[in-house]
Parts: sequence; C-alpha cells; structure tokens
Amino acid sequence: MGLVKWSIRPAAGVGAKKPKVNILRGLLARATTPLLPDDYLHLVNPLWTAREHRGKVVGHVRETADTATVTIRTGWGFPAAYKPGQYVGIGVQMNGRWRWRSYSLTSIDSAAKKTIAITVKANPDGFLSTHLVDGVAPSTVIRLAAPRGDFHLPEPVPDKILFVTAGSGITPVIAMLRSLESHGRRPDICHIHSAPTRGDVIFLEEMETLADKMPGYDLRLQLTREMGKVAVSRLDEWVPDWRERECWACGPAALLDAMESHYEGGGLRDRLHVERFAISRTDHGGEGGTVRFAVSGKKAEIDGATTLLESGENLGITMPFGCRMGICKTCVLPLAGGYVRDLRTGEERREGERIQTCISTVSGECTLDI
Amino acid sequence: MAITDIDTYAHLTADDIEALGAELDAIRRDIEDSRGDDDARYIRRAITLHRTLAVGGRIALMFSNRKPAWLAGTALLSLAKIIENMELGHNVMHGQWDWMNDPEIHSSSWEWDTTCPSVQWKHSHNFVHHKYTNIVGMDDDVGYGILRVTRDQRWEWWNVGNPVYNLILGTFFEWGVALHHLEVEKLRSGDKTWRQAFKDLRIIGTKVGKQAAKDYLIFPALAGPNWKTTLAADATANFVRNYWTYMVIFCGHFPDGAEKFTVAEFESEDQPRWYLRQMLGSANFRAGPLMRFMSGNLSHQIEHHLFPDLPSNRYEQIGVRVRELCDKYDLPYTTGSLGGQYLQSFRTIAKLALPNALLEATSDDAPETASELRFAIREGIQTHFGIDPETGKRRGLRTALRELKDAPVRKATHRRLRPGATA
Ligand code: FES
Repeated sequence: MGLVKWSIRPAAGVGAKKPKVNILRGLLARATTPLLPDDYLHLVNPLWTAREHRGKVVGHVRETADTATVTIRTGWGFPAAYKPGQYVGIGVQMNGRWRWRSYSLTSIDSAAKKTIAITVKANPDGFLSTHLVDGVAPSTVIRLAAPRGDFHLPEPVPDKILFVTAGSGITPVIAMLRSLESHGRRPDICHIHSAPTRGDVIFLEEMETLADKMPGYDLRLQLTREMGKVAVSRLDEWVPDWRERECWACGPAALLDAMESHYEGGGLRDRLHVERFAISRTDHGGEGGTVRFAVSGKKAEIDGATTLLESGENLGITMPFGCRMGICKTCVLPLAGGYVRDLRTGEERREGERIQTCISTVSGECTLDI
Repeated sequence: MAITDIDTYAHLTADDIEALGAELDAIRRDIEDSRGDDDARYIRRAITLHRTLAVGGRIALMFSNRKPAWLAGTALLSLAKIIENMELGHNVMHGQWDWMNDPEIHSSSWEWDTTCPSVQWKHSHNFVHHKYTNIVGMDDDVGYGILRVTRDQRWEWWNVGNPVYNLILGTFFEWGVALHHLEVEKLRSGDKTWRQAFKDLRIIGTKVGKQAAKDYLIFPALAGPNWKTTLAADATANFVRNYWTYMVIFCGHFPDGAEKFTVAEFESEDQPRWYLRQMLGSANFRAGPLMRFMSGNLSHQIEHHLFPDLPSNRYEQIGVRVRELCDKYDLPYTTGSLGGQYLQSFRTIAKLALPNALLEATSDDAPETASELRFAIREGIQTHFGIDPETGKRRGLRTALRELKDAPVRKATHRRLRPGATA
C-alpha cells in the first residue's frame, strides 16, 4: 500500500479517470521531476495532459444570429459524467491572455462520447463570447474547468416541473430536456420561454419537435416584441398549479429577482432553483467596494485606495505577503469572483485570474479565496 | 560607508527624481499595455525548446558509452538546464508571465529543475533581494553570507579565503542558492532560530532528494551498462549550468559601478528612489540575441531590477528607453563585455580577502562601493550640478564620475566633514 502511495505521490492532485494511470504517471515523474510526463506529452498532442483539463474545438454551429454551439473534444482526465444543467469553465487565449468564462453545457453526458458542447450568446461587451460565436477556429486548443453547479434535476426526477427561461437562459434547461428525452422520462413539464422574436429563440425547432412528441411537455413561447415581458405576477393565471411544481429558472437578473420574491411571498422559496449568468456589474469606476473573503467568511467595504492585502489584514485574516510593493508575488491569490483593479496601472482583472493583493483594490465587488 | 543619501549621490533634485520615477512608470505602463500574442508565443516556444533539448539530451545519453553521443548529450542537457534555470524558472517565478493568466506558466505554480525549492527562492530572491537590493545588511545577495564583496562588510579572519569561496560557490551554485534561504548571516547573529533553519532544511531536503535521485540515480539506472558515463554527463551538465548562472549573476551585481546602499538610505525611500537604487545598484553586460536568451535576458540586469515582473523578452526594448533616461538625467548606465564585467567582479573578490587597512581606497570611494562623500573628498570637482545654462546639457552623476577619474584626492579626510560616520 505504501508503495502504491509513494508511486502516486508526484501525481497527486492530477485528475485521472482511471486512478491506476496515476501510478504510472507518478513513477515516470521521478525521471521528469519537477515536471510531469504530461508536460512533455502535450507538446506532441495538446490533449495529452491531465495536469489541467484541456479541450480542442471540433465543431461550431450557428444557432441564431448571435448564438452558436461550440463542440469541444476533451482531453485526458476530463470527467465523463456531469449533470444536465451544470456549467463548465472555458479558457481561451486571446491576445496572449487566457480569458475564462463559464457556460452551461448543452450536451448530455455519455461515456462513449469524448466531446462536450456549450451554447454561447454573443454578449455585446464580452470579448470572449463574441469570439466564441463569431470566430473560434476549429482545432483551437482551450482550457477547461471541471463541470460544476447545482442547477440540475434531482434524482428521482419530480413529477411536475416548471421551467422559466429567457434568452440564453435556455441553455442549461435544454440540456435537462435532452436528458429527460433520451432517458425516456416523461414528467409533466410546463416551460415558459421568452425571447424578443421567433428568430431569437435558440433551439426553437428542437423544442417545438419535443413539444409535439413528448406528451407531458407544454412549451409556451413569450415573444416579448409582440407579447410583452413575462410578468411573474401573472404566474397564477398562466400556470395555475405552479405551487405544486418544482421550478428551475434561468435568465436575466431582473426576471430571477422577480421570481425569487414571488416564491418567497408564497413561502415556497425552496421550490425555486435559479441560475444566474454573469453577475451584472454595478460599478466600473474602481472606487472601492465590497471585498469578500470566501474561506474566512468575512467581508469589508473599502475605498479605492486601500489594498486587498490591507483590508484582509484589518479583518484579522492571515494574508500571505512579502514585499508589499508588487515585485515578489508572494501575495498572489485566486480571484473567485468580481473585479479588482491594479493600483499601479489601473488595469482591471476579473474572476478566474490570480491577483496580487498588495497592489490591487476592489472595483465594485470581489471575492477572494482565502 | 555606502550610499546614505541617494539624491546627493545621483546629483538630482527631488523634482528630478520625481520626474524620473514618472518616466519609469510610463515605461511599465506602455509595456504592460502592449503585451500580447507575440510575447505569449515567445515564452511557449522557449518552453518547447527546453523540453526538446532535454529529451534530446537524455536520449543521446542512453548511448553515452560512445564519445560523440556523450558530448552531444551533455551539451544538449547543459543547454536545457541553462534555459530552464534562467529564461524559464527565474523569469516565470518573478511573475513575468502571470499576465497571461495561464495556470501552467505562473509564478504561483512553477517549480524549477534545481535544488532550491521555488517557494523559498521566491522569498529570498523576489522579496529579500529585489526589495532590499544592495542594502548592506538587508540584502543577503550582497556576498550571500560567505563572500566579502564590499568594504562595508567588516573583515573577519576567514575572509582570506574569499577567492576560494568564490570558486566553490561558482561550482556548486545551485546548492548555494538552495542553502541561501537558511540565512546563515541571521543564524550567526541570532535573528533566526535553529529550529526555523531545520524546518527550512527539511523542505530543501525533499527537493534536493528528488533532484539528485533523477540525475544521479534514475537516469544512470535507465542507461544500464552506460550508468557511469551517464552519471558523469549529468554531473557535468549541472556544473556547466552552475558556472553559467553564477557568471551571469556576478556580472549583474558585482562589477565596478554597481553601488551599495545603507539602511539609512532605505528608510527614507519612496518608489522613485527605489527605482534609482535599482538603476545604480545593478550592471548589464553586452550580449547579442543568443547570449541574451541564454542569460534569461539578465544581460539586462538593470532593466530586470527596475521591472522584475515585466516579460524578459522586452528588456532589450526597455533598455533603449532606460538608456535615454540615463542620458537625459546624466546618470551612468553600467555595462561592459561579459569578460570585462566578470574580471572586475573577480578583482573585487580577490582584493577584499584583505582587511581594509591593507586596501588603498575607502568604502566611500572604491571601485566596488562608494558614497556621496566620494565627491567631497576630491579637489576641483564642480559642486553645482544641474542644467548648464549655456549648453542646455545636464551636468550630473555621470559627468561627475568622469571628472572624478582625474581629480586629485583632497588632503583632509572626509571624517571631519561628517562627524559620526565610521568609514
Ligand atoms: S507582497 Fe510582494 S507582490 Fe504582493
């Protein structure tokens, strides 16, 4: 046993589908130390590494004018199983820098397939989404983070379901629908989906086909250009039995906020599951804001001149530091959410990057993993 | 005594220094804004090159019983180790590539192929050395606790071995770097407990074990009957890398004109003066593209000390602008040939084996260390500097240093000028 452990040790922390592979990886790493054999192998094929999840773009299909589905072949160690409704982190190198965003998986898992799919809507101020929709070239190598999120159907699947989606909020739900369909499950589903016009409805054909052939699936399109926005207050009228249904909602913040307060009012908050996309920014000015320390569970309001390092120390958190002037990188922490600003250059950093706390301050709000 | 008053030494007014700082900040911003695909490609290629050389070297050494294979394998492996140490390890751990947001090429995750654990190195090098650069008593890189490289370090009897220690340090450089974190000096003075030192040693031990096992056990074992020649090749490659990194680092820090500073200077320092200390404290050597690459661009030690976390491939370009600033503010830009810079460093090391009493110059006015007093003890040096109203040219430190060469030393000692100074 000790021997096995010893063999795996250099590869501990590497996610392998078959744990035995890590014995081999660990043994080889004795000769490649401080690297892993993967560091050499991925030069031959970029997907031959499990040190980090990687993928390669193998397909790109436009769904509507501003959305596209990107199919990705996954590399070693990427989990084959995930739940419909979960999202995946995608890292794409643009202008030398890796940019990360999370997108709902629109594919459903299957052990045989080595590909996953995401459906992306071009967001006018998002470089990455526009790049993914318009121009990502086949064979582009990307980075992946393992699927995550608890916006998914439970087991067993409830008998009565309500889906409320708007725009690209359909993406996690289409995965749920596909999965129900493929497993032959037929719960009673009421689905309210809103989009400006029919042309903007992603997966329109697929949903309409489903509505035809899946008996319990009742699709109601709310085309807002002609019919106005979904008014949560009219839920009683649209879905009289909404209280009996387990509800999954995904869409813009305003819709989700309204849903939440409606359910809270009815004392049914635990029946509602929501998924929020990109937390909308309130402040681009970098005039300070709220800092949250995820691990310590503390938070503070700071001005735009206080560094994150100082604010953590003021709260009594043991923050790593060295030079306190931006040269030693001892203070680097992952930015778990929100935005920070580099005090030396004014550059803004966002979720998914590692930042130097000694020369950064919050820009609006941010969460640090400490 | 090393520099206590950097303004006076640099012959600059407070406003000048402020302006110089702003210009250097602007360089940082320009470079940061222009980083992009080309830079990313550069580092990725350097990484690929290293991996290819390493694999090539190891394969050649499988046949190391044959002379040409031994030579080729050793050469490839040495090159690989040099690149890994300098252009990759040193620079990545400085955070020069953190901007790419690539978790595999990031200061927080990189581990290099030498005996020194990267966590410790980031402390002793990135933090202690780069923040307290050349402050005697604060920067452990001023002599690494075993060499006497400035007259400001008190002479002890064992310093007579200075040139020998220098040779040993060069030979076992990676081991010296690994032990650096123990901070012998602090242990000696009691600022650090043995307990802490043992803790550090444990971490070093783990890393050393892995490194030594790879080069001196596993690869020889894999070579079977060729184990002896493989062992020799691995050791040679490590020595070659050691000598080269030692050479590059000494040429960046110990030639004449790389000034030392006092704690007093540090205590009254702001960011622009920090920049100034980095500029005056480091030295470059001239290098073509190949040498630059092989030195991890540390042929641009001045630029590296000004901007330790900007990508190394930009130092050449930054150097042009730094030189312009040196011209503008009439500051010296210490550079020379690799050999010349090394000989100066070695001369200092050999000389300083002797106690100050046997040396001619004082620590205010010696080739390896000087202070603002060096100008006070010369005759005929113009004391007023600044822009010459006639020519519009600035007369500053560089001009003063030139004039110093021929100016005779004043009879009266400077001790009278500065009561309390113990030179
Ligand atoms: S503490 Fe040194 S870079 Fe932040």
